[in-house]
Amino acid sequence: MKIEKVPMKGLTSEEYEKALKISWKPKLQYAWDNGIAIGKYLQGLKEGKLLASCCNRCGRIMLPVRSFCELCWRPTDGEIAVNDTGVVNTFAICHVNWDASRLKPDEPRHIPAVIEIDGASKGQGIMHVLGNVDPAKVKIGMKVKAVWKPVAERVGSIDDIRFFEPY
Amino acid sequence: MKERVGIVGIGVTGFNSVSPSLSFKELTYTAAVKAYGEAGLHPKQIDSFITASEDFMEGYSIFDEYVPDQMGAVMRPVHTVTADFLQALGVGCMMINTGRFTTIAVEAHSKASNVKTLDEVQAFALDPVYLRPLKENAKFVAGLEMKCFLEMTGNTEEQCARVVVKNKKNSQKNPNAAYGAELSVDDVLNSEPISTPLKRLDVSERADGAIMVVLASEAEARALCKNPIWIDGIAWFSGNGNLWSRNIAEADYARLAMRKACSMAGISDPRKELHFAEICDEYSYKELQHLEALGLARKGEAGYLTESGVTSLDGDFPVNPSGGSLGVGHTFEASGGMKLYEAVLQLRNQAGARQVKDAKRCLVQSWRGVPTATGAVAILSNE
Repeated sequence: MKIEKVPMKGLTSEEYEKALKISWKPKLQYAWDNGIAIGKYLQGLKEGKLLASCCNRCGRIMLPVRSFCELCWRPTDGEIAVNDTGVVNTFAICHVNWDASRLKPDEPRHIPAVIEIDGASKGQGIMHVLGNVDPAKVKIGMKVKAVWKPVAERVGSIDDIRFFEPY
Repeated sequence: MKERVGIVGIGVTGFNSVSPSLSFKELTYTAAVKAYGEAGLHPKQIDSFITASEDFMEGYSIFDEYVPDQMGAVMRPVHTVTADFLQALGVGCMMINTGRFTTIAVEAHSKASNVKTLDEVQAFALDPVYLRPLKENAKFVAGLEMKCFLEMTGNTEEQCARVVVKNKKNSQKNPNAAYGAELSVDDVLNSEPISTPLKRLDVSERADGAIMVVLASEAEARALCKNPIWIDGIAWFSGNGNLWSRNIAEADYARLAMRKACSMAGISDPRKELHFAEICDEYSYKELQHLEALGLARKGEAGYLTESGVTSLDGDFPVNPSGGSLGVGHTFEASGGMKLYEAVLQLRNQAGARQVKDAKRCLVQSWRGVPTATGAVAILSNE
């Protein structure tokens, strides 16, 4: 095949329709076992609590719950409920959706943030989103608090917290 | 092999049809704690970590990012080998042979019960242009291989059924096995057809479980361990990737990997120099096909060896004393690992009721499953 015969552009919709092609939509479905740690953490969320694991060797209070301390290489020593408040460690202001489509100018921006939770060890944060806040006013170090869904709507998911808002 | 590599620690979870009480991380951690405990090493003392996994089986892209915690490998070098455990083990041996690494941890696990569309994942491995439009369940590949193998060699469906009976019987003596059963040849022959001549009981059932192995250089293995198990040779090969033009009757990949592994290990007559084998029996006929490809049986002889009890637990040359995938359960990327674990137990004289007498040298073999023509062989010894 001579290279100059290859059209150096994308196909138009019309050309695409006519092109010889094969398509395949994979059907990939999973149901991951929670096991011990994730199970406890999700149950905590359903009850409106953020649970953290303690390691008596390194003294860390770690989020989310884990059944072993990955640094000390030993089982953790139980869970405690930490606060549902924290400090913004870092954040991004997103102008595109999950599927890469652009948000319309009047749609609120998504603000995913790492939130260091009060009562857990330094650097122990969770990922969530900020809400009820002007994106221009969000700052690293800002104090935020969880806004929970009503009890009846909670299912044991990180979505049981709607978002974190400044307080 | 340039320099032998020693196995100084090994750990497995049991193998079960489901494992809801542990997440995949907790499953691997359970196996890792045992392996590092045996080796007497903290993971900080291990130079590098390998996991054998396949993203489509895990349901994660770039799955290697999710493995350090449970291997004790946070802030350490980790990489994934997207292949069977034995291929990852081979990579670990090569790393040690470079002289840059003294100890390597190799892990594989199966959470196959979490894959709700297992047959779709298998179908996704078929060629999108030449195979998928036919819309056949991927097990058709096993059906046509079995047909061709039996026709070309004269082995029989009944002899394949005897493999199932034997392996499920062996696995009754294996506390880690999920699918032990007392079956008759007729039970197998009368089970529902899947892709004739393949029947339901010719197919191994999936299992969950994890394995972790700690490898060390020869000198380090002797320092760490009283009874290291040695990897004398290890190799893997791929046959022809195109289903429609490959040598379907014979497992070329196994023949080639065996030749290479034997030359590394200095073995010229495997049947005499080896004492038992753990080989891939994902489907019943695969055990027979592999026996012939590995040179452990002559062409057309594997079925007879099974029938006459040579490959039974108390026979001259036991094959799959663990119970194999048919008896223990099929663990996908961890399959070679499950079989390696049995080999290590046997060579350490720790296999309990299924101990093969005077087992000093053996081979472990794996296959990547349909529709592949890829497999690995490892030769192990205890002296």
